[in-house]
Amino acid sequence: MMASSYNAKDEDGHITVTGPGGGAVLRSKKPENTAFKQQRLPAWQPILTAGTVLPAFFIIGLLFIPIGIGLFVTSNNIKEFEIDYTGADTSSPCFNCSQNFSWNSTSPCTCTVPFYLEQPYESNVYVYYGLSNFYQNHRRYVKSRDDSQLNGNLKSLREPSKECEPYAYHNNKPIAPCGAIANSMFNDTLELFYNDPNGTSVKILLGTTGIAWWTDKHVKFGNPGGVDSNLSAVFQGTTKPLNWRRPVYELDSDQSNNGFVNEDFIVWMRTAALPTFRKLYRIIGKSSQMVPTLPRGNYTLEVVYNYPVRSFEGRKRMILSTISWMGGKNPFLGIAYITVGSVCFFLGVVLLVIHHKCGNRNNGAEISN
Amino acid sequence: ASQCCRNRKPHEEERRVRANDREYNEKFQYASNCIMTSKYNIVTFLPVNLFEQFQEVANTYFLFLLILQLIPQISSLSWFTTIVPLALVLSITAVKDATDDYFRHKSDNQVNNRQSQVLIRGLLQNEKWMNVRVGDIIKLENKQFVAADLLLLSSSEPHGLCYIETAELDGETNMKVRQSVSVTNELADQNNLASFDGEVVCEPPNNKLDRFCGTLYWRDKKYTLTNQNMLLRGCVLRNTETCYGLVIFAGPDTKLMQNSGSTKFKRTSIDRLMNTLVLWIFGFLVCMGVILAVGNAVWEREVGSLFQSYLPWDPSVDNFLFSAFLSFWSYVIILNTVVPISLYVSVEVIRLGHSYFINWDQEMFCSQCNTAAEARTTTLNEELGQVEYIFSDKTGTLTQNIMTFNKCSINGQTYGEGPDPLDFTPFNPLADPDFCFYDDTLLESVKVGDAHTHKFFRLLSLCHTVMSEEKSEGELVYKAQSPDEGALVTAARNFGFVFRSRTPGTITTTEMGRPVTYTLLAILDFNNIRKRMSVIVRDPEGRICLYCKGADTVLLERLHPCEQELMNVTSDHLHEYAADGLRTLALAYRDLSEDEWEAWSESYCCADKATSCREDRLAAAYEHIEQDMMLLGATAIEDKLQEGVPETIAVLSLANIKIWVLTGDKQETAVNIGYSCKMLTDDMPEVFIISGNTVHSVRQELRRARERMIELSRTREGGKEEGIEGWKQLQCPPPPPSNLMDNISGEFALVINGHSLAHALEADMETEFVSTACACKAVICCRVTPLQKAQVVELIKKHKKAVTLAIGDGANDVSMIKSAHIGVGISGQEGIQAVLASDYSFSQFRFLQRLLLVHGRWSYLRMCRFLCYFFYKNFAFTMVHFWFGFFCGFSAQTVYDQYFITLYNIVYTSLPVLAMGIFDQDVPDQRSLEYPKLYEPGQLNLLFNKREFFICIAQGIYTSVVLFFVPCAVLSDATQSTGEPLADYQTFAVTTATALVIVVSVQIALDTGFWTVINHVFVWGSLGSYFSIMLALHSQTLFLIFPNQFHFVGSAQSTLLQPVVWLTIALATTICIVPVLAFRFLKVDLKPQLSDTVRYTQLVRQKKHGRLGARGGSRRSGYAFAHQEGFGELITSGKNMRLSSLALASFASRHSSGWIDTLRRKKPTHVQTPPRGSVPLEGSGCCIQQPPPALCSYGNQTE
Repeated sequence: MMASSYNAKDEDGHITVTGPGGGAVLRSKKPENTAFKQQRLPAWQPILTAGTVLPAFFIIGLLFIPIGIGLFVTSNNIKEFEIDYTGADTSSPCFNCSQNFSWNSTSPCTCTVPFYLEQPYESNVYVYYGLSNFYQNHRRYVKSRDDSQLNGNLKSLREPSKECEPYAYHNNKPIAPCGAIANSMFNDTLELFYNDPNGTSVKILLGTTGIAWWTDKHVKFGNPGGVDSNLSAVFQGTTKPLNWRRPVYELDSDQSNNGFVNEDFIVWMRTAALPTFRKLYRIIGKSSQMVPTLPRGNYTLEVVYNYPVRSFEGRKRMILSTISWMGGKNPFLGIAYITVGSVCFFLGVVLLVIHHKCGNRNNGAEISN
Repeated sequence: ASQCCRNRKPHEEERRVRANDREYNEKFQYASNCIMTSKYNIVTFLPVNLFEQFQEVANTYFLFLLILQLIPQISSLSWFTTIVPLALVLSITAVKDATDDYFRHKSDNQVNNRQSQVLIRGLLQNEKWMNVRVGDIIKLENKQFVAADLLLLSSSEPHGLCYIETAELDGETNMKVRQSVSVTNELADQNNLASFDGEVVCEPPNNKLDRFCGTLYWRDKKYTLTNQNMLLRGCVLRNTETCYGLVIFAGPDTKLMQNSGSTKFKRTSIDRLMNTLVLWIFGFLVCMGVILAVGNAVWEREVGSLFQSYLPWDPSVDNFLFSAFLSFWSYVIILNTVVPISLYVSVEVIRLGHSYFINWDQEMFCSQCNTAAEARTTTLNEELGQVEYIFSDKTGTLTQNIMTFNKCSINGQTYGEGPDPLDFTPFNPLADPDFCFYDDTLLESVKVGDAHTHKFFRLLSLCHTVMSEEKSEGELVYKAQSPDEGALVTAARNFGFVFRSRTPGTITTTEMGRPVTYTLLAILDFNNIRKRMSVIVRDPEGRICLYCKGADTVLLERLHPCEQELMNVTSDHLHEYAADGLRTLALAYRDLSEDEWEAWSESYCCADKATSCREDRLAAAYEHIEQDMMLLGATAIEDKLQEGVPETIAVLSLANIKIWVLTGDKQETAVNIGYSCKMLTDDMPEVFIISGNTVHSVRQELRRARERMIELSRTREGGKEEGIEGWKQLQCPPPPPSNLMDNISGEFALVINGHSLAHALEADMETEFVSTACACKAVICCRVTPLQKAQVVELIKKHKKAVTLAIGDGANDVSMIKSAHIGVGISGQEGIQAVLASDYSFSQFRFLQRLLLVHGRWSYLRMCRFLCYFFYKNFAFTMVHFWFGFFCGFSAQTVYDQYFITLYNIVYTSLPVLAMGIFDQDVPDQRSLEYPKLYEPGQLNLLFNKREFFICIAQGIYTSVVLFFVPCAVLSDATQSTGEPLADYQTFAVTTATALVIVVSVQIALDTGFWTVINHVFVWGSLGSYFSIMLALHSQTLFLIFPNQFHFVGSAQSTLLQPVVWLTIALATTICIVPVLAFRFLKVDLKPQLSDTVRYTQLVRQKKHGRLGARGGSRRSGYAFAHQEGFGELITSGKNMRLSSLALASFASRHSSGWIDTLRRKKPTHVQTPPRGSVPLEGSGCCIQQPPPALCSYGNQTE
């Protein structure tokens, strides 16, 4: 006997002398014969065969190519116009405004940017402002808000969350709305004028509502004290964000679009995923007076230049776009679909050839052991 | 009620114990007899358990992450993304530990509260075990457990002897004898013992089971104490009415407890690989962290500093370097999901599931012994799919250890082939009903009184060392030392020559119903060199006859020359029998005249009394009389194999598993079995036998074997290989180039003897032995000791990076079972030693093929598929953050919602992969038994290795690229159909997350090869749960309750209604899956694995025609005589007469209460586990050592 084989056994064994035949009937320890325990559950066992894989490739190809073409055509039918008004070039009309910008200046700097639409824009036209190189998705930026405050919680209005630091308090007064996002709200004013061929300049009516998500407007954001409260009274004791020119309760004269539920504000607060982004600014509703909504011709964009971006090499754009069932202009999706569809189809063909040329087709034959 | 106190004293130098003097003994603060195997109580449970759990590296790592997350500047994720999984894991483990400990408490209590009789102030009182103190005198009764380590003081048996069974301690089932010191034995009863005040001075507590040295001081005299005087805790008193003992070691100091170390924790190779990979991943994680931190530094310097008008730096983080440093940790937090905590939990769950499947398998259930297979360890399952070497015990594992008298040859006539079993009862009332014989001509021959046949069976009834016991008239029980002998004597009994009883000088038989008593003149005992035994008897008529049985090789030489013709016929029969794998003996007799006997008797007595060279002289004397014998015939005994052994071995060797048989049996027996279980076949070009006695000769033999192998394989391959030519010249003392040996393709076998093995295992021979042995298909090691079994296993583990499995049934296999990667115990045979040490147990060797080829293979496959997919899905999930880092100023902003990050691994993707890991099958079980080659990928470790890992990782990274950039490209300009842009962060997060969940679900659908209902439920359920949980988390209700926790209100609804989003998801999914699909298809189509082919042809059943090669022509001696030497002497001296009744005391089956079990597994808190083999067994004591208890000890018992 060797030592390492020592193994303490059952010291306890009360010796019960029950012969194999004697005593109670032994309970069989036989495992149950269930499909589950015996691992014999009925099962579907798919195999990758030429019969299943190759058709799949062709089907994907045949599905994707038409979808891609459809998407591409739809996207091409959408009209989109984009104009950069940052004023980075000396030739740009907004150059002066961008150069002389100061947060403290009381008189707003205005610049007008003319442009020409080559095609008429039918139906509703959407006006976007676009920013580039603006890191709305930076972690510190994203979390610098207090959703509770924005939802109208009075306690949070007085005591903004720590997340808002360093934009939580100013002069010992709570900032409403607090945080870096709110503080950096886009505040250029854009106005569009249609230069009628007959010389008059028609101001185009820009709809300010319907630009925010429904849930944002009705659930996520809410003014303290409810819908009908007197906003200036409710916000008493708070202070406006540092960069703002007006307090939050003076964003709009319309009570339902004022305070935290101001749609421009809500749109800004929905942070962008990428540093180059666009946000919906206004909607030019289809109207009976102007058919099409924006006829081809000369336009003027009047910008009240409040929002500096040059310091970090940002860009500002104004975008006009019509829309289809699938949203705005998006050529990438259509092209991607066509490409992927073609590649699948092509792969299908290649695999078919390979399968026929050198595929292992004696599958049914004897398996050598 | 376990009020054990565990105050650890400083190291004990020596122990002093005075009998019946508690006050004196208390001074030393010896441990009480209370044992405590439990680890916690209610108060300490939480802190201790948590402390233990945090000793696991993984847990500490996650705790560290949690702490990091509490730092606001670093925290890129909420604390709950880490704490939820961590708490889940910790609590599951805690519950498991608590249950285990509860049972330990229960069994502790039960053991501690057992009653024992303690002599207190002269009175016997019942005390609980835990209240027994060192120095107490305990009274033990028959069949009682010894409560502590006792010094035997007196016994009811003569000479102060007492018998114990030590199976619990060392696994040996034979009884042992202990003897008290004679002075104390004279005290005899409790009145005298009460006044006994001897003092014992002895060694401190240790774990050496076979050693004790101490001294008893009593009445100014010294008495030496040895292990022979000790009764150890765990033993059972047997055949002894009562005895008294003095408690020397109690409770935790007992040898039993000192030996209860933790069992060695076995890890699988997948485990080790996984740990390596996890380390690599950590390295990778750090690299990514560094890259992103550098990016952060650059960004903060170039862009962030300018962007401060909108996003000022934190006052505390005012420079880009510090920001980069923090960003590193932030990224470590969000990227840590490449190795989520759920990996370890899932692996455990899967293994547990596989273990249950093993336990539940009906086809591994043995209905005769009512035992199902049991996976005793749950951590090794997948290693079962990678076994390359099986080390098997023979007796009880391959064979049933049942010998049956199968055939015989009498006077040139062979018997044994017949259609029906004979019915002996009408002929012989004393016949054993279990005996079967198939030839009625033999019975006829007995009935007609054929002289040769009668003499044949008379020989069998007289020439043996069997003891008989007749419980009632005619109910005979034979107690044979070897089952061979039992079979022969039983055969004689059934054919009318019934051995009834023996005394030292006589043998009483009933011959054809007539009682005859022979005078036993001498037993010429068996030994290994003689290979035969003889008896000389005088029959009632006074004729003296020598009956001899032995190996044909030795016996046939000693026949009378006139026997030539009969000898040739018999010899042919012998070879026939041997060819059938039967164990043969030749029988012969010699009539002796009174003079011859007288003369020989004198020389025998002279030799017997000789003091020098007694052995040799006796042998010479024996040799002298065993001459000129008359051949009677031969017997053939079948060593019954376990059911299905040859088939199993055949299947396993087809699966490229090498089988080594390690047995304590003799070479002939082992080789016989090798042939009968088809390990050795006549197709083998050569079976090498290594039996050298010196290092030199072993080396020579090994070399010769190798040369021969190379030669043979060269002739077979037509000398294609050039290297072989050069090899002979290059041959130098170190082993030949191993790659050359690896290429040898022949089917060789190697048989090596125990003493040769000892040399072969020496350091400088190891490699030579391994390279020779591993080139053989089958290796048989005979006459090996348990230690050598373990050494052989260790040797293969060391030299071949192969997975080893050891299977055995007895205590002598325990070391091997523990050494091997996987230990399998055969249950229901020789006790439970092997089973307790094993990782898997079942009752039939043949279940091994199912365990390996079905369960092992599946486990391996499932585990590999699981790991591949798991790493894939986490890389796909996590790496998106890396790409996003380049667009969010390296600010460690996450792509997904934090709830998604929390739930991804534990809810959204855990169940489908678990279902695959538990239920997947590539081919059904019957196929994997049918095509053993399917086992090979596991051995070659093809399914999950570093290469596969990199492929998974690459696929994961590719998926993450697609998942990030496709939505990025599509959404950046896209708008909703209401005009609002889609490129806001929340829409992007929802889109990416949804695409991710769908892609990984499609991928698991591709990976799953066996779609049961459960898989369907889990896959669809996970997708469903993703959408429902997301909609719930983004719902208004939750937002209105916790507006600061659920920022994503309305995102899901708004996003999922957009056709563009769905088009994006479909696009991303297709781009991710199509290449995988194409690649897999090509793989299956161009280079199908065997499993693919089998899967494909599942319905086309191939009838396999097993080639039944008839053996013939080989002339081996099938001699078998599984005897030990020295039994004959015992009989003639009458010393073992007591044994017959003693040994027959049935060792009733015991059932495990699990107490020792838990004790075994207990982590040693203070107990030192001895390194393997460090416990000396024999002859290393420091003081007078009595010979180890052996059979002769019983001799003292002669009445």
